[in-house]
Amino acid sequence: MSSLEFNGNEIAPPPDGIQTAVRVRGVSKYFGKGEQRVAALQGVSWDVYVGQLTMIIGPSGCGKTTLLSVIAGILDADEGSVEIFGNDVTKMNDRTLTRFRAERIGFVFQQYNLLPALTSAENAAVPLVIAGWSKSRAIEKASHVLNSLGMGKKIKSMPNQLSGGQQQRVAIARALVHEPSLLVCDEPTAALDVESGRTVMNLMREAALRADRAVVVVTHDNRVFDFGDRITRMDDGHVAEVRDNVHAPAA
Amino acid sequence: MYWIALKMLTGDRAKFFGIVMGLTFASLLIYQQGSIFWGLMLRTAGQVTDITGADLWVMDANVRYVDDVKPMLESNLNRVRGVEGVEWAVPLYKGNGRAKLNSTQLVDGDPRAKKGATLKVIEQVILLGLDDASMVGAPVPSKMLAGSLSALRKPDSVVVDFTRLSKLYPGEDWSLQATHKKPVNTLKPDQRRRFEETYGRIPVDGDGKVAFYDLFLGRDFEMNDTRAIIVGVCEATRTFQSNPVVYTTYSRAKNFVPRERKILSYILAKTEKGVAPERVATAIMNQTGLKARTSPEFKADTINYYLKYTGIPINFGITAMLGFLVGTAIAGQTFYNFTLENLKQFGALKAMGATNLRIVGMILLQAAVVGLLGYGLGCGLGALFGVLTDGGELAFHTHPITLPIVGVAIVAICILSSILCIRRVMVLEPAIVFRG
Repeated sequence: MSSLEFNGNEIAPPPDGIQTAVRVRGVSKYFGKGEQRVAALQGVSWDVYVGQLTMIIGPSGCGKTTLLSVIAGILDADEGSVEIFGNDVTKMNDRTLTRFRAERIGFVFQQYNLLPALTSAENAAVPLVIAGWSKSRAIEKASHVLNSLGMGKKIKSMPNQLSGGQQQRVAIARALVHEPSLLVCDEPTAALDVESGRTVMNLMREAALRADRAVVVVTHDNRVFDFGDRITRMDDGHVAEVRDNVHAPAA
Repeated sequence: MYWIALKMLTGDRAKFFGIVMGLTFASLLIYQQGSIFWGLMLRTAGQVTDITGADLWVMDANVRYVDDVKPMLESNLNRVRGVEGVEWAVPLYKGNGRAKLNSTQLVDGDPRAKKGATLKVIEQVILLGLDDASMVGAPVPSKMLAGSLSALRKPDSVVVDFTRLSKLYPGEDWSLQATHKKPVNTLKPDQRRRFEETYGRIPVDGDGKVAFYDLFLGRDFEMNDTRAIIVGVCEATRTFQSNPVVYTTYSRAKNFVPRERKILSYILAKTEKGVAPERVATAIMNQTGLKARTSPEFKADTINYYLKYTGIPINFGITAMLGFLVGTAIAGQTFYNFTLENLKQFGALKAMGATNLRIVGMILLQAAVVGLLGYGLGCGLGALFGVLTDGGELAFHTHPITLPIVGVAIVAICILSSILCIRRVMVLEPAIVFRG
């Protein structure tokens, strides 16, 4: 791990020439009621930069998945605001937020969440189908993306015919197929062996990172920490540490 | 998006078939119970159906259904004939006779008697006495399986229906009944042997076909100490009481039952051409004080009586309701489990931007597909059941309204199942996909 730039909740301005993709300000999230109320996030202020792979790390229950869910617009914050490329998702109504997610956000899940009845290409095509593309056009584009991820020979394979690493690559294809601005990944390597985990993270850097896109990865897999440009450590609902990773491979 | 729903539905074959089978079972049970119920109801009015040729049934004002015979004075016949619009009116006797005969045990296998033994049979029969001159109410020629109606004019003659002939002659080889009207050269060696051994011959008609019922022509039995000779065997609708139907003439029928002061059961009347039977019925009622009903009305009266005063509809209704509940339980539970197992997938779709409306649409499409398949398969199997049991003991008749009723039941099952699933999906937070 390299030197850090830790400012707690004091937000440092982005380095010169780097834009902010996600701007989180004073976000709190509570679960439960009364005496059983638990604060999962406590006034978190944090930024994600465009063209970078940002990692969120920390012990179980520290709030990293909650923060990811809030910035992905699938969990409402109780307090504070979240801006994604200048759009305040906390002020959007359900309909607008759903459309925003469909157009601007890509998801990679720990358990892949591929539909078992669909082929790789059909699974990867789902976001386009949600966006209203015809089945044939969507599958054509998804096949192209799968091909670029080295899955060209598995286009017609069903999820149960693929290894964990291959399934995660299909999931990455699904996350990228509609060319989102923000890619959110929850423990993408947790269910993979070391080799597959590194392959997936390499793909994430190579295929996902672009000058107009940001990638946020929640992980506690220390084997892949080096792949992050910035590493945010969370603890007990707070951002405990934010640091640049000088060992990050070139994008 | 909807092709995804269909692939999700059919992806797990076992669950898919489980849901479809649940709905098929529900459809089949409701269809089958409904058809048996209606078949049974039609049997209650079987004699009204079978007696053709007349437009009106005239009867005592207190008669409620066809078996509720309340004899009238014969003078009423002339009173009805005098009503304007009546072309002709004839008497009909309907009552219960008691047939006594000595039947022979012709085949082995009956534990009650050895082959060759004499079986003393006393059997209650439904006796129909037709107008001596016109024979109105007699089976139409196409329904005659053996003998002829004209032979009914001979002394002591009767025509019996084939459905309950086995009650009068239990010792016969009834397994040969199925050979009736089949070409003789198609008989199996065993059937030929049994004909030869039991009857000494194979009865054959002029077309070279087996005439099984000819074996009964000329046989006699006794009713009210009066000899009755079978001159014909006819096809009649199976009766609700399951008693054999015996046709004879009105005047002969008087001798086949103990003497009563009044014997006229019904008056069958034909209305003049161009005159509405309902109008003539009203005129008869006004002028004679008797009740007059058209055939469809009397049939409906009879069915309504059984519906109202017997527990049959309740019993069948309970069975059909059980079918509905079992179908709901099986299909609903399987469908609900199917949705629960796909909850993460639905969550992922929601996270990726699928609206609640689209996901509800997906669930409704899945429900519609399994519902349609279950409905089609259930009704198809029910119809097949009807075809296979046609002509047998089982009362099975599908009323046109059965299909919409089954359809409504299946839609209800699908809606109930879908509501549970939709509720789960609607309240589902897409954030579920980030929870291990």
